[in-house]
Amino acid sequence: MALVLTEDQQMIRDSAEGFFKDEAPVSQHRALRDAKDATGFSRDVWTRMAGMGFAGVLVPEAHGGADMGHVAAGIILEAMGKNLSAAPMLSTAVLGATALRAGTPEQQAKYLPLIAQGAHLLALAADEAARHKPSHVATTATPSGNGFRLNGVKGFVLDGHVADTLIVAARTDGETDDRAGITLFLVNPKADGVKIDRRSMVDSRNAAKVTLSDVQVDGADVLGNVGEGFAILEKMLDAGRACLAAEMLGVSGQAFATTVDYLKQREQFGQKIGSFQALQHRAAHLFCEIELARSATLKALQALDEGSDRAPMFVSLAKAKAGDVAILATNEGVQMHGGIGMTDEYDIGFFMKRARAAQETFGDSAFHGDRIARQLGY
Amino acid sequence: MADLESFRAETRAWLEANCPEEMRQPIRDDDDVCWGGRNVKFKSEAQKLWLERMGAKGWTVPEWPKQYGGGGLDRAEAKVLAEEMRRIKARSPLSSFGIWMLGPALLKYGNEAQKLEHLPKIARGEIRWCQGYSEPGAGSDLASLRTSAEDKGDHYLVNGSKVWTSYADKADWIFCLVRTDPTAPKHLGISFLLFDMASEGVSTSPIKLISGSSPFCQTFFDNVKVPKENLMGEPGKGWTIAKYLLTHERNMIGGSDSTGGGQRDSVSNIARKLIGLDAAILADTALRTDIARHEMNALAFSLTMERVLAEAKAGQDTGALSSMLKYYGTELNKERMELLMSIRGSDGLTWEGEEKGEGDLARSWLRSRANSIEGGTSEVQLNIIAKRVLDLPGA
Repeated sequence: MALVLTEDQQMIRDSAEGFFKDEAPVSQHRALRDAKDATGFSRDVWTRMAGMGFAGVLVPEAHGGADMGHVAAGIILEAMGKNLSAAPMLSTAVLGATALRAGTPEQQAKYLPLIAQGAHLLALAADEAARHKPSHVATTATPSGNGFRLNGVKGFVLDGHVADTLIVAARTDGETDDRAGITLFLVNPKADGVKIDRRSMVDSRNAAKVTLSDVQVDGADVLGNVGEGFAILEKMLDAGRACLAAEMLGVSGQAFATTVDYLKQREQFGQKIGSFQALQHRAAHLFCEIELARSATLKALQALDEGSDRAPMFVSLAKAKAGDVAILATNEGVQMHGGIGMTDEYDIGFFMKRARAAQETFGDSAFHGDRIARQLGY
Repeated sequence: MADLESFRAETRAWLEANCPEEMRQPIRDDDDVCWGGRNVKFKSEAQKLWLERMGAKGWTVPEWPKQYGGGGLDRAEAKVLAEEMRRIKARSPLSSFGIWMLGPALLKYGNEAQKLEHLPKIARGEIRWCQGYSEPGAGSDLASLRTSAEDKGDHYLVNGSKVWTSYADKADWIFCLVRTDPTAPKHLGISFLLFDMASEGVSTSPIKLISGSSPFCQTFFDNVKVPKENLMGEPGKGWTIAKYLLTHERNMIGGSDSTGGGQRDSVSNIARKLIGLDAAILADTALRTDIARHEMNALAFSLTMERVLAEAKAGQDTGALSSMLKYYGTELNKERMELLMSIRGSDGLTWEGEEKGEGDLARSWLRSRANSIEGGTSEVQLNIIAKRVLDLPGA
């Protein structure tokens, strides 16, 4: 596959960019933040995203989805990154749909159409350690009745405060850091013993702490095979990581465009500050870095669509590179704006906050550098 | 597609029959690389044969038109040829500034007589070219060059000197930027001349570098008579050609040496061999982090080269990206060499030793420092990106 967007994908990009610019711009993010909105995003916008086919981007057509693939999902996330549009796109349309595609025919028929319609929200309850380590699962699932009983604490459940279904990683066998012995469960957050504590984060999005105390789940709510959940979890995480890379690419691109505009307008010492070579070189270097992040991200998304064996390597490359570049772009953005970049009134700070949160989510560049090195055998 | 497959089969058979076994071995020494020219000294009969056979087919320059000594292949066929050569690990038959730099400019700006005269000799490796751009007083500010070419009716009289002329002491001809109009604004008074290095009044003097080698010369012109028909393009339009040619040079410097992939062994493979593993990870964990970061950037860079090509092929606007590729590629290659020096530790410091090849790494490391200077410094590339891509205001 040529490393370039197809004409169809370019059309998706144009419509996604138009949609989020009009329907969910940075000003909406600011308004939700200022109102301390309990949901943290607009349900109305999410419904319209479903109408555009965005919520069902990874849902098969047989289940009412648009099934446009990972490249398309990344294009949508990039447009969201540019506008800092908050919506349960990652948690539901990417992670949720990827998980359910591994489900039984009954599970698929029950959940996938609802995902595509924007009528059902999911959240992944996997991480337990503050530093991302997906095999670190201490939460237990012990046989009980015709199913299992879950006990444990999940620390970083994105959109967990609004989820209609939680996807919980729990241990049915093995030791805490083993990959084998992890099982995924579909859990109703309203079930007895589930406690959800909403936590608002630095980027004004929400991640819940989920406490599971003797939560009874049915055998029919196991996702995939017992003890083999890690493979599905990795698949979900890789789809999520590649889409986060795309979102961070959008964050970088918009922070950079805003900064370059500012360099062309702001005057000091009687001239535009963009005429100073000290700033020109930093901006030009940043341009190159963003181009590299773009290539890596597109490759990762294509590799996922192709089902390539090397997809995990390219995904880690994209997540690491796009993450580092987003941190650089937003830090340079604030620095080049000078004092005004530190004010809440200017948007550039929002981009910095989102970049940091997205970098931490599902492994930062150190995590993915290590993962690549292991995959390459060193 | 069927045509392409039969072309592949023919190519495979031809290469099998015509590429000498010796030319399928890895390159070990500088003299394994053939530069051609009037004074060529072939290392072996196989090297000579390989150049003659490939030159006769035009496959030293597969995509040039046949009437100019090229192979007349289209892009897809040329790709097949490259793949088939890689498959049997065939060496490139000819390294040549004529192919990489002058040729594309001649095809675009040369007149018919010039193309017919020079391109076939480049393709067959008969004439070796050097580039006369930089001057002692004109480095990054190349357009301030002062070598003069005075109009004497039927010829130009060239006076001045050039510096950093690669292999000028071995070259047969030079393509040279000269000032034909000293009264015009500096970019507009420059013309592009081609002339024989054997002309009376041309002399060269090698420059010894920190790497110990002398690939570059200073070149002097003392009342050199150059026939008028050796002017390429219009008088005063030399800067346009120079910029076009520099773009090719940047792609070459940025592209060839810097990606992690290709034929060169990766930094991590070298580290694994020399340092070893401990519990499945590199035994030196601090260095491992640096290597991983470098390899990620190298991989993202090679993907960017791939994307830029794919976008160009799809007719999408790729902008002024050659500066980006030159800047990033050369900085990456320098970083690669620093890492290789770190991996080798004190062994990498050897300058001369008993065995052949000792000292190579240190010399290559030093040579690579020039990557971000030659063909326009990294800082000049950043200036170009700031101005042409980002449209930032002038100082």
